[in-house]
Amino acid sequence: MAPLIETQKLTRLYRLGDETVTALADVSLTVDAGEFVAVMGPSGSGKSTFMNVVGCLDRPTSGSYRLDGEEVSRLDADRLAAVRNRKIGFVFQQFHLLDRLDALSNVELPLIYAGADRRGRRERAAEALRRVGLGDRLHHRPTQLSGGQQQRVAVARALVNGPKVLLADEPTGALDSRTSLELMALFQELNREGVTVVIVTHEPDVARFAARVVRFRDGCVLSDARQRPADAAAELAALSAEKAEADAAAEAAA
Amino acid sequence: MTLLDAVLSALDALRLHKLRSALTMLGIVIGVAAVIAMIAVGGGARQQVVAQIRSLGANLLVVTPGNVTQSGVRLGAGAASTLTDEDAAAIMNEIPSVQVTAPFLRGGAQVVAGGANWATTIYAVDLGWFEAREWEVESGRLFEPEELSRGAQVAIIGQTVAANLFPGMDPIGETVRVRNVPFRIVGVMARKGQSSWGQDQDDVLFVPLVAGRQRVIGRNQANARAVGAIYVKVRDGESLSMAEADVKALLRQRHRLQPHQEDDFAVRNLAEIAATREASARTLALLLAAVAGVSLAVGGIGIMNIMLVSVTERTREIGLRLAIGARQRDILRQFLFEATGLAAIGGAVGVAFGMAAAYGTARWAGWPLLIEPGAIVLAVVFSGLVGIFFGWYPALRASRLDPIEALRHT
Ligand SMILES: Nc1ncnc2c1ncn2[C@@H]1O[C@H](COP(=O)(O)OP(=O)(O)O)[C@@H](O)[C@H]1O
Ligand SMILES: [Mg+2]
Repeated sequence: MAPLIETQKLTRLYRLGDETVTALADVSLTVDAGEFVAVMGPSGSGKSTFMNVVGCLDRPTSGSYRLDGEEVSRLDADRLAAVRNRKIGFVFQQFHLLDRLDALSNVELPLIYAGADRRGRRERAAEALRRVGLGDRLHHRPTQLSGGQQQRVAVARALVNGPKVLLADEPTGALDSRTSLELMALFQELNREGVTVVIVTHEPDVARFAARVVRFRDGCVLSDARQRPADAAAELAALSAEKAEADAAAEAAA
Repeated sequence: MTLLDAVLSALDALRLHKLRSALTMLGIVIGVAAVIAMIAVGGGARQQVVAQIRSLGANLLVVTPGNVTQSGVRLGAGAASTLTDEDAAAIMNEIPSVQVTAPFLRGGAQVVAGGANWATTIYAVDLGWFEAREWEVESGRLFEPEELSRGAQVAIIGQTVAANLFPGMDPIGETVRVRNVPFRIVGVMARKGQSSWGQDQDDVLFVPLVAGRQRVIGRNQANARAVGAIYVKVRDGESLSMAEADVKALLRQRHRLQPHQEDDFAVRNLAEIAATREASARTLALLLAAVAGVSLAVGGIGIMNIMLVSVTERTREIGLRLAIGARQRDILRQFLFEATGLAAIGGAVGVAFGMAAAYGTARWAGWPLLIEPGAIVLAVVFSGLVGIFFGWYPALRASRLDPIEALRHT
């Protein structure tokens, strides 16, 4: 079976006046369906550029990119939009929810552009929200939700159209450590259910939960290693138990 | 993205900034209101002129005392006493194309009968008046020649006066007091109804010319034979303009005017009055058209401005929409719909204001209210087009945004 993501000699140059910045240089990488990959590297190493190309938001200057067996590096803007809509689910650092819409309507947006009918749309959006544990927050607006909950709404929005891959660029960047852990537990759960996940992070603490870590430097792949992922759900449970114990101790002391 | 989704989404966005949307619409509101008022005023004025000619008869000349300028506008009434019933008799006798003349005076007065009183219009007339206006009595009779010549204190009343002074009674033979002078009622006119300009033509009381002039209306006139105006009815098939020239020549001769002197009277036919009215209606319409054009343009630029602001404010939203699968044309349509929605809602509100203004103008000027449904549809559609025209550039800018940069926008 062909890999889900397959790049060959992917290069992305930016021209700034007379200078040329090489954001990506000959990146050849494959990701199979069902993988959980963390992309790491120092700031400016090309992680976001890579994600943008993989997410079909950007086109490489040269090289080839096959997504789900289809060469997408030379598609026009409309075709790329269709690919993003059907095959990609994005999660951003800043959530990018529309404040004037409630959670359900936010999650519904990709389905609107997919041309789904109204009734099916709302049902599927509600289903996606239930899947990320927000079944009781359908009509809350983003401003009425915590940061962790907002990011879950964004995950639901990424999932709602049944994408081939979930792409998350620094998804925990705006979250505290506990909610980060919760989000990683959600990603792991989704991954167990079969969703392919690629996240960009510069935090080793977050990368622990991936089964594979790809390191970038200066636009090149520095290393690509598999690892035994930590279990976010278990750590979360341990954390809760610890907290319960501490609370009990505090109560006994008082 | 379906059309309905796009429309709902646009309305949603407009609702978010209610005040801003309302202010942005203002220019369009004023523009469309002006268009609607313009069409209604123009149509109403024309309608009125047509109706007036129909009600008075096209073959009627109106002779009034006083000077006229070249444009036909009456200036002062310095020589107001120059027109007499003898002039009327002369016109009748010496100009063959004239069927009948009707010298008359007109004034307002309070009339009293028993306990009831009523403010009405008094006409002091002779029999020619009824012939010129083609109006008959319903009960009783017209004035007798003998009553006219001796100035008998008899009166004929219109239906409205009859209904108000003598409710449920036969007025014939009853007495009314006009400015304290008693008149015996000999006739009641047939119902004529409202004139096209909203005046109740049945709210009227006729007295013989001599009696009216001596006892009611003309008491202060310097010339004892002066009249307020003369109707000249020209025979069917005769040229109105030739009759007009004949009347002018005759009156100049009778008034002993030297060639260098101006007329001390004015002869107008209804076609002329119609032309004057129409000219002023056209001026008003032109003015409104200018107001409409300017405010539609200003309104359109306002929409463009606010849409540019909106695109900048919502750059991240645009980026997000592009990222989740919106095509450029979806973004273009979204902003175009918002601009068009602003303009079309402004247009609808403008129609409402325009209709109110047209109604007010019609009431004030005594015109019939004339609003064509086609004009309303046209106005709303046109304002929508203004929205599309001025919304195009901001929408195009939105759709051309690069998703990555848009998402990074702060
Ligand atoms: N739009 C752009 N124009 C010019 N240079 C860019 C642009 N985007 C990224 N770069 C450059 O490309 C390189 C990689 O950037 P990026 O992929 O954002 O790195 P990372 O996400 O790993 O921090 C950096 O040197 C950055 O300055
Ligand atoms: Mg980055």
